Formats: sequence, C-alpha cells, structure tokens
Amino acid sequence: MNYNWNWSIFFETSPDGVHTYLTTLLLGTAWTLATALAAWCLALALGSLVGVIRTTPFPWLVRLGEAYVELFRDIPLLVQMFLWYFVLPELLPVSLGDWLKQLPDASFYTAVVALGFYTSARVAEQVRAGITSLARGQRFAALALGLTLPQAYGYVLLPMAYRIILPPLTSEFLNVIKNSAVALTIGLMELTARARAMQEMSFQVFEAFTAATIIYIIINIAVTFGMRWVEQRAAVPGLIGAAVPAATH
Amino acid sequence: MFSNFDFDVIIRSLPYLFLDGMTFTLMLTALATAIGIVVGTLLALMRLSAFAPISILAAGYVNLMRSVPLVLMIFWFYFLVPYIGQWITGAAQPIQVGAFASSLVTFTLFEAAYFCEIMRAGIQSISRGQVSAAQALGMTYPQTMGYIVLPQALRNMLPVLLTQTIILFQDTSLVYVLSITDFLGAASKVAQRDGRLVEMYLFAALVYFIISFLTSRLVRRLQIRTAIIR
Repeated sequence: MNYNWNWSIFFETSPDGVHTYLTTLLLGTAWTLATALAAWCLALALGSLVGVIRTTPFPWLVRLGEAYVELFRDIPLLVQMFLWYFVLPELLPVSLGDWLKQLPDASFYTAVVALGFYTSARVAEQVRAGITSLARGQRFAALALGLTLPQAYGYVLLPMAYRIILPPLTSEFLNVIKNSAVALTIGLMELTARARAMQEMSFQVFEAFTAATIIYIIINIAVTFGMRWVEQRAAVPGLIGAAVPAATH
Repeated sequence: MFSNFDFDVIIRSLPYLFLDGMTFTLMLTALATAIGIVVGTLLALMRLSAFAPISILAAGYVNLMRSVPLVLMIFWFYFLVPYIGQWITGAAQPIQVGAFASSLVTFTLFEAAYFCEIMRAGIQSISRGQVSAAQALGMTYPQTMGYIVLPQALRNMLPVLLTQTIILFQDTSLVYVLSITDFLGAASKVAQRDGRLVEMYLFAALVYFIISFLTSRLVRRLQIRTAIIR
C-alpha cells in the first residue's frame, strides 16, 4: 500500500491557525456530545408522552400516537433534517423564517430538533412496550386504590416501565450519538465533519478517520459501562434480569 | 403557504428522480440486503463457534461496525476500497471503483453486522434438541445448519430481517454525502438547480414515507401469517 502515513499530523496546526488537528477533533467531539445529549432530552420527553398516550383508554389519542410514530419513523433522518433546515423556514411567515435562518448556530438547533423528534418515535415504541409488558393488574390495582389515571401512570406504571426498558433505551442513546453524524449534511461541525475536514486539508485520510473511529468507540464503551451500572442499580427485584440479592438475614 | 408551490418541477423531474435515482436506491438496497444476509449469517455462525479466536474475531468486527456512525463508515470505505482493490489485484495505483461499487461494499459490510445479530438471535431461538436430533441422525455440521437450524432461524427472523431492510432502504439516502445520484441525491440536484428546495424535499419525504409505511404494513401482516403457533 503506497500511502504515506504521518501520525504526527495531529500535532500540526490546522488551517484555522489556532488549534492543532487533535484539538479540532476534540472540539468536534464536544459538539457531537452536546447535540446528542440535547436531542436525547427532547426525545425522552416527547417519546415518553407519545408512548404513554398510546396506552391510554382513549382510541383517538392512541390513533394520534400511532400516526406520530409512523410519521417520524418512515422518513429517513437525513430527509427529516433537510425538512427542518431548508423547508420549515420557507413555510413559516417571512419574518419568522428569516429569523430562523439568521440564528447563530442554526445547524446545531436544527440538528437537535430533527434528531430529537426522529428518536422520540423510537423511544415512544419502547415506552409503550414497557407499559404493556406490565401485568394488567397493576393498572387496575392503582385505579381501584383511587389514583387518577395520571397518578397511576406517574406513581405505578412509568416507574416500573422505565426500569424494564433501560437496556433498549441504552441502545437508543448510543444511536443518538451515532446519528448526530448525519448533521454534517446541514453544516454542523461535529466529530465526523471535523475528520472529513481534516482529511480534505491535510490529505491524511486514514489517520483522520482512525482518530474519529477510536473516539466513537471510546464514547460507546463509556456509555455502555455507565448504563450497565445504572441498569444494575435500577433492576426490578424478582425479575429474571435482576441480580439475586445476597441473603443477609 | 403553498401559493407559490411549483408542482410542475416535480412532474418535469419525475423520469430523472425515478429512473436514475430510485433505481440506484432500490438496486443498492436489494443487493446490500441479499449479500448482507449471507455475510451476516456467516458472521453469526462464527460468533457462535466454540473455537474462541473465531468467535472473538467476529464479535470484534460486529461491535466495531455497531459503534461507529454509518456516515463515517461511508467515508472510510470510499477512500479505503481503492486501496483494497489495488492490494487484491496487485495494481500499481489505487483502483478507481465507481460510486455504486463503493456504496455496495460499504452497505453490505456495515449491515452484515446488524444482520449477524438478527441471525444469531434466530439461531439461538432454535431448541437444542433439534441439533442433538440432527447429530444423532449422523448429520455433519454443515448439514445440521443448512437443513435444520438455518431454515427455521430464517423463518423465525423473517419479519425482523425485513424491518432491517426497510431501515437499510432509508439509510441508503446517506450516500448523499458522496454526491451520488440516489433518489435523495437526484431530488437534491434538481432542488438546487431550480431553486425549488421546498417542493423537492417535501416530495422526497412523501415518497420515502409511502414506501416505508406500506412495506412495514406488509411486514406486519407477514409476521402474523408466518408466526408458528406453539
């Protein structure tokens, strides 16, 4: 392979004149994490809401939740990003559209919103699955004790459901981090975009992509281990997934 | 809101969008799925192998592919495939491969990791007694897998494999980052040439939605029909 490896490239100054290539990649990592975390908060809030209304006894709410999930699941993320970034400002009233276009860091906000809505459909499916996996008796017992429907969800159903669906939620969170790379198409300078820029400026293709790959793997491992700890803490005692408590008595 | 909406630009570009763009998208989806399932099944057999180096190798590959974004992998293979071609053929220069070949390699190898996990779950869903019975009948490992385990695993996992194919179909839109004329690429080129971003992107979203929605409905019906009542 006649390729000129040059690993010291990371310590050379990048064309912005201030940072080394390594620093620009780390800045990109920060943007990746910021985008993923903000989108995850949005996805968790919206997804929980939609997942809950799909399990309520009101048929029209259930239908609405289903339509929401289908809408955000059946359009590719890249197309959804273009819709939020290029199409939405044109469909709004002119003054509001212009304000959106001139917003500083517009690509960051757009990426967060697009990624948040896209992921919320997946979170909604998990939340619904978690709630329907509970025994019917839990809902009946909660209502029979005189809890209102919102109270039954807040005190009985959701606390159980979240603990059961933690493993699939972990993989959705990992997906958010990976999917944030799609935002490079609307100009967000996150990790993959920085690696691509480094490749274009320095022609050191494989060093740049290797560095980005390693950073993604490190993030992945850190999240996986962190969530495994949370899963152990939050496991529901008595279920197969829970560790058997040590006999202390 | 739709007062200056130009439907004509969609009509005019329909042949380009579907003959050039959608053909590329569907070809890529079909081939990457077919080869991806074969490679994924082999990977699954490797992961379940009792010989540790093979299972560790396969697990490492699958975990690597599953921890990086597809966009990054598209870039990786776009630059790597010419060098691999040079290495295989022994040519003096990195070999120029077309956009289609490059994306096909990327999607096949990337999705194989996901198909591997699906097939692994499918194989593990088969009762151990089936394997014991096959061995008792004197079947070799390839016979046991080929005649007994894999056909049942495939049947059990068919809905999941098809759902993954729908995801793959949506993911092919990411070849946009290499300026390839897939369906979204074609729509985007017309949009930028004619300054009709709103019309073209809404139309593209509609087409993706209809195809994904209808196929996922079909998968759901198939799931009910192929379910084995136990």
